[in-house]
Amino acid sequence: MPDPKDPDLKDTPLLSVENLQVHFRTPDGVNRAVDGVSFAIRAGETLAIVGESGCGKSVTSMSILRLLPEPPARLAGAIRFEGQDLLGLSEREMRRIRGNAISVIFQEPMTSLNPVLTVGRQIGETLRLHQGLSRKEAEARAVEMLTLVGIPEPKRRVREYPHQLSGGMRQRVMIAIALACSPKLLIADEPTTALDVTIQAQILDLMRDLKSRVGAAIMLITHDLGVVAEVADRVVVMYAGRKVEEATVRDLFRSPRHPYTRGLMGAVPRLGAAELPGAPQRLAEIPGMVPSLKTRIDGCVFAGRCPSVTDLCRSHAPALEPKAPGHLAACHYAPKDALAA
Amino acid sequence: MSAAHPLAGESLGGEAPPGLAVARPLPDLYPPRKAYGRIRRTWRRHPTIVIGGIILLIVALMAILAPYLGTVDPTAIAPSRRTRVPSAQYWFGTDMLGRDLYSRVVYGARVSLLVGFAVAFFASIAGLVVGLVSGMVRWADSIIMRIVDGLMSIPPILLAIALMALTRGSIENVILAITVAEIPRVARLVRGVVLSLREQPYVEAAVTTGTRMPTIIWRHILPNTLAPMTVQATYICASAMIAESILSFIGAGVPPSTPSWGNIMAEGRALWQVKFYIILFPAIFLSLTVLAVNLVGDGLRDALDPRMAKDA
Amino acid sequence: MTTPLLAVNDLRKHFRLGGGLMGRGTRSLKAVDGVSFTLEKGETLSLVGESGCGKSTVARSLMRLFPPTSGQVVLGDTRIDDLSAGALRPLRRRIQMVFQDPFSSLNPRMRVRDILAEPIRNFGLAKNRADLESRLAALMERVGLPREALSRFPHEFSGGQRQRIGIARALAAEPDLIICDEAVSALDVSVKAQIVNLLQDLQKELDLALLFISHDLAIVEHMTHRVAVMYLGKIVEIGPRRQIFLAPRHPYTQALLSAVPVPEPGAGRTRIVLRGDVPSPINPPSGCRFHTRCPHAFDRCRIEEPLLDPVGGGHFAACHLDGAALPAQAA
Repeated sequence: MPDPKDPDLKDTPLLSVENLQVHFRTPDGVNRAVDGVSFAIRAGETLAIVGESGCGKSVTSMSILRLLPEPPARLAGAIRFEGQDLLGLSEREMRRIRGNAISVIFQEPMTSLNPVLTVGRQIGETLRLHQGLSRKEAEARAVEMLTLVGIPEPKRRVREYPHQLSGGMRQRVMIAIALACSPKLLIADEPTTALDVTIQAQILDLMRDLKSRVGAAIMLITHDLGVVAEVADRVVVMYAGRKVEEATVRDLFRSPRHPYTRGLMGAVPRLGAAELPGAPQRLAEIPGMVPSLKTRIDGCVFAGRCPSVTDLCRSHAPALEPKAPGHLAACHYAPKDALAA
Repeated sequence: MSAAHPLAGESLGGEAPPGLAVARPLPDLYPPRKAYGRIRRTWRRHPTIVIGGIILLIVALMAILAPYLGTVDPTAIAPSRRTRVPSAQYWFGTDMLGRDLYSRVVYGARVSLLVGFAVAFFASIAGLVVGLVSGMVRWADSIIMRIVDGLMSIPPILLAIALMALTRGSIENVILAITVAEIPRVARLVRGVVLSLREQPYVEAAVTTGTRMPTIIWRHILPNTLAPMTVQATYICASAMIAESILSFIGAGVPPSTPSWGNIMAEGRALWQVKFYIILFPAIFLSLTVLAVNLVGDGLRDALDPRMAKDA
Repeated sequence: MTTPLLAVNDLRKHFRLGGGLMGRGTRSLKAVDGVSFTLEKGETLSLVGESGCGKSTVARSLMRLFPPTSGQVVLGDTRIDDLSAGALRPLRRRIQMVFQDPFSSLNPRMRVRDILAEPIRNFGLAKNRADLESRLAALMERVGLPREALSRFPHEFSGGQRQRIGIARALAAEPDLIICDEAVSALDVSVKAQIVNLLQDLQKELDLALLFISHDLAIVEHMTHRVAVMYLGKIVEIGPRRQIFLAPRHPYTQALLSAVPVPEPGAGRTRIVLRGDVPSPINPPSGCRFHTRCPHAFDRCRIEEPLLDPVGGGHFAACHLDGAALPAQAA
């Protein structure tokens, strides 16, 4: 378990998720979508949460925003935002936080925008709601926001409807809406997955640029290790509803400790690597598939697919422990540096 | 996390080597639920199907077992005991010709159910054929759909009345008239489903693996239209029961010699201010039966909806 | 030179757009607008490009899921683009397809056994019942699924397993060429690697040709022999893998390669970020279709359409810039 007095986290983090559990009641059993996940985000930092579909990364972000219907979801643990536990807030209090102090960008820019309202209205809406701006002020601010996210001719675009914009532009508008109230935390859930590579490059550049200008902390949820490497400061790797590894982006890519993280990295070919001498002819596979979360897993969640699994792994779930300074991994056999705390 | 967690330390079961960092087991947020039997589970998931199904089963049993349910000849006229109020002898009273209303209502279930199910069956089959042709044959589509549009611009009940005006009143003709009036609805639905199924990759895959068109329709398209069609059929069944009652009520339906909920009500119409129960009992049965069919339909729609199925 | 397995010559597919009461629109969407390439036995050619570039339309035209507007498709020595549906059916055996979505590409109401038996029966490949059974068993083993799975329904499998079933269905026809239309795009990273490896193994064992359609350039580089880059319905560059990835000649290819995020923090790369968005294929730009976004565009690009010119070693690029003037850029 990460100690909250970890030297890296000495100043109170902006957001700290502590031992979060999210279980869903389904007709054929309880789905333990997130089971005991803890992490923290400091102001201005970009934390990536990586994992494959069903690992619980999106459920985690939805829990922070309290957007999961309860029931069927049931939440436990704590989500502290600026010291306040979001799990204890009423829907009314949450609404004051959503889109204001914490805002979100979703994967699908088409369905996340209202097709019958102009772009300007949609940006202005949050401003008028949360900051009590007048219509005029809100529109002026909307133009400002569109300029910020690099949309050409913002004065004209502000009066256009979402269908008049291309996919890349819509994602820029989404970002403009998310940033309109100067949030302290921006949750980006697969923000570039639905976009083409050249448009993805534009949006990643924009996000990096905004990071330095706006200063919001970003929680980036993605399955793409390339995107992680480009924008994140720190990375949390999730698997089957648990956090299996956490490290700075450099440490994680240089020396991944958890066998799942190693497997993921081996499974992704690197552009430009195929012609290098000694390039592997085959991709590294992670055999098998993700276990069902509807039955309780007592040992290590990765035991069923791990190349170096032992009986110990099947009977005793490994705790997250520091394997190097600031580098946590949940594996009994992950290499541990002498200097690790 | 605080070390004072109530479960701390408990996890270190016997043989774990010392110094091994073992994760604390986490509590279940939902208490484990007993495994229910099939019936309990169906009830929990689809209560409307169960309620509707039970009512429908009772009405169906009533129709089948009509002679054994303490009924007398529903057409036996007895002028001496006309318009008796409900009593121990005449449970629902008697009508203006002295016929036992209880017996008439019970026998009347036969007409309603027969018409409802027959129309649902025949309209589905005919609509399926029309819809399939329309969805699969490009050039036929525009012709068929214009005819269907034309038919749909006439309210089904008016169409059925018009058709009945051409023939003599009999159960067969009532079924035929309502079926014709209902076909366009099914045809439209099936056409829509077929058009979307045609675009499905598994249908494209069947084309690329050399499957002939008739086989594609039979094996890949037809089975996948059955779910929406079943739902539609229940709604058609309900609306056919009402249509039959309306036809019988205005005297364009089953002949007066056959008791049906519609013509019982028609006959009671003149007396409804003084002898309201003549209309009341068939009306209750008709409403309950239609409600039951609709409940089953709604339940089936939820159960067969692929989006719902994914969550389940 | 022997005849290639598949030769595509100036393939075009224009979709007429509806409009007006009479349903006779005059506008058309030029999804594929003059595409030519050849494919040899046992070779992998990848079609890459962004959404709307026409790569999937090429696949669907080749499979004759709709008739091409014009152009020729020659399989071995038979021209197949103008055959009637009946005459084409036996030839369909030789080209099979693996679809993108592992969920909607299998009929939910059919057992795996029936899904796989369909092509075997259609093409009359099994001599008798026992032969059919042994073929089914061999297919399951080939794609790494247990034989018992034959009697199960698609919904009982995970995405990766379903894609294995989809591959087995394609193999059941004993094809010469398999078209993989974004066949691994919908899969999770760890499963994607399994399927990519499976496809590569199958290609080696069966000497299959693969037309691999993908937007994932890293996967393409890993498994392809040759690459064709498409932009707005045309191939702008085609050549062997090594040359496309190490020395791309077309500015679009260069931008595309530089845009791929690399899983290596702090990798100091200069990224070419293209301005704007892909223009509409209903009204493609005049001259070179890429000129509206090209960082090197000059007057001639706006007027004259560049042709695919050889730049050596089986490498062709359609760009007016003199090869020498264009800095060949490593990705």
